[in-house]
Amino acid sequence: MRAWPAEGATRVPYWVYQDPEVYEREQSRIWRGRTWNYLCLEAELPEPQSFVTTFVGDMPVVVSRSPDNVLHAFENRCAHRGALICMQPRGKTERFACIYHNWTYDHAGNLTSVAFRRGIAGKGGMSADANPEANAPRKLRIATLNGLVFGTLSAEVPALEDYIGPEVLPRMKRVLRKPLKVLGAYTQVLPCNWKLYMDNVKDSYHASLLHLFFTRFRINRLTQAGGVFVSADGAHHCAYTRMVEDKGDAYEKDGMRSAGTENKFSLEKPEILQQVDELGDAVSIQIASLFPGFVLQQIRNSLAARQVVPKGTDRTELHWTLFGFADDDEAMTRRRLLQSNLVGPAGYISMEDGVATDFVRRGVLGAPDRASFIEMGGSAVATSESRITETAVRGLWQAWRSHMDL
Amino acid sequence: MLDFSIQRKIEDLHARYCHALDDDRLEEWPDFFIENGVYRIATAENEARGLPLPVLSCDSRAMMRDRIQSLRHANIYEPQRYRHMVSSVLIKEIDKTRVESVANFLVIRIMQDGGTTTFASGKYLDRIVLTPEPKYEERVVVCDSRRFDTLLAIPL
Repeated sequence: MRAWPAEGATRVPYWVYQDPEVYEREQSRIWRGRTWNYLCLEAELPEPQSFVTTFVGDMPVVVSRSPDNVLHAFENRCAHRGALICMQPRGKTERFACIYHNWTYDHAGNLTSVAFRRGIAGKGGMSADANPEANAPRKLRIATLNGLVFGTLSAEVPALEDYIGPEVLPRMKRVLRKPLKVLGAYTQVLPCNWKLYMDNVKDSYHASLLHLFFTRFRINRLTQAGGVFVSADGAHHCAYTRMVEDKGDAYEKDGMRSAGTENKFSLEKPEILQQVDELGDAVSIQIASLFPGFVLQQIRNSLAARQVVPKGTDRTELHWTLFGFADDDEAMTRRRLLQSNLVGPAGYISMEDGVATDFVRRGVLGAPDRASFIEMGGSAVATSESRITETAVRGLWQAWRSHMDL
Repeated sequence: MLDFSIQRKIEDLHARYCHALDDDRLEEWPDFFIENGVYRIATAENEARGLPLPVLSCDSRAMMRDRIQSLRHANIYEPQRYRHMVSSVLIKEIDKTRVESVANFLVIRIMQDGGTTTFASGKYLDRIVLTPEPKYEERVVVCDSRRFDTLLAIPL
């Protein structure tokens, strides 16, 4: 493996995004290693025998709810030849049967039958001491957090809430305070390494500079209060911004204030931004991330789980699931759907992320041994009252290096 | 049997809509709709699951103008063009003044370096008013795929 630059936390060499060996090592040491990975929402498994398929890094995974109502997750790989056991994205089934040779599995991923195991009429079949069960798909440890389902192959990783830690956990629970209801999902393909997306998410410095929607339409003031929380190991983060003024009339006030300035641009339909302070703390935007690949979003009343799925060194899929609460009234659902215009591949304030990270990918193609210069906020990895800092980005790399032993 | 002149008017509306987008005359896009016209990009998967989430939605021409103003002056993305192919247009009369239209679409995206890809395919589900001139009352763009490459800036 290559050496990290001598400057340490303030430099990130570009080979981390390019090297296929690094990618392979990440699969075993991070995704299949000592980390908790977001799998799905509990609301996607509403009743016994329902299932969804997902990924942990490259590894395909089935998440299911057993007939006795217990959540399970297991590798989507048949014990026999390794074919996918389950090919549908979601559904309900009494059992899982591999299409190749009809080996079957229960909802916990246990191999329950091998077709013609004893042959037919005394001929063919496996010997009596054959043990295909020993080759069964690996089972993941499961943990849920207020409606989110996480899984890990690691027996050693601490319990989920301890893994997240006291800096970020309360920020997640702040959003996930009631049973959830799925509003829909889509996938955004990012033409870049998965870590370019994660350090974009953790980069609170870029928000008002890259995403001009808010500033161009004079919706935000530069002086808005906010901050960044970083977990002790640097792995997880949460950045938030407070509403300019509370009580839902913030942007009207802002509009009046800027009315006398040369405000060339204004929205004809500003309803898209009208937030109801449903969480009661006047926070307008909160982005929390968990290492390695999960983001929980509250942008006004738009709530989403974003799952990062790496697809090779220079391609990443971002699986978005937007949700509300099960007890939302019609007006709140309409508000969330309207505000979904802010996010996703067509999002007013998120469409640029895939562009910026792609520009980095293309910019550094000839410079694997050069490095990013990441000194906003100094060299510390710590909670910060200012968002003009790259503290959470340095945290990501601190955690990454620790997992990768690099 | 639907009056052939209506079929022709609707296909003409679809064609003018596509040429406006493909020729980067985005400011004309809202005018293909009535004042409170609805435009929504959905995915076949969400529709099949009965989930309401749009990829992009506008409930009026004003909101469409906001979208274009933002594309022109706020959002940052690499220059790109679309080429729309629209076919298999089926039209059904709702009443004397309105029709429903279903049409297939294929959108090719061309980047500034020449990179050309199939960006989206699907169907347009339209409700169209005929008078005084044909305009969309509602255009739902149902994409076949749930997956979007990098970003969706220009409307489909």
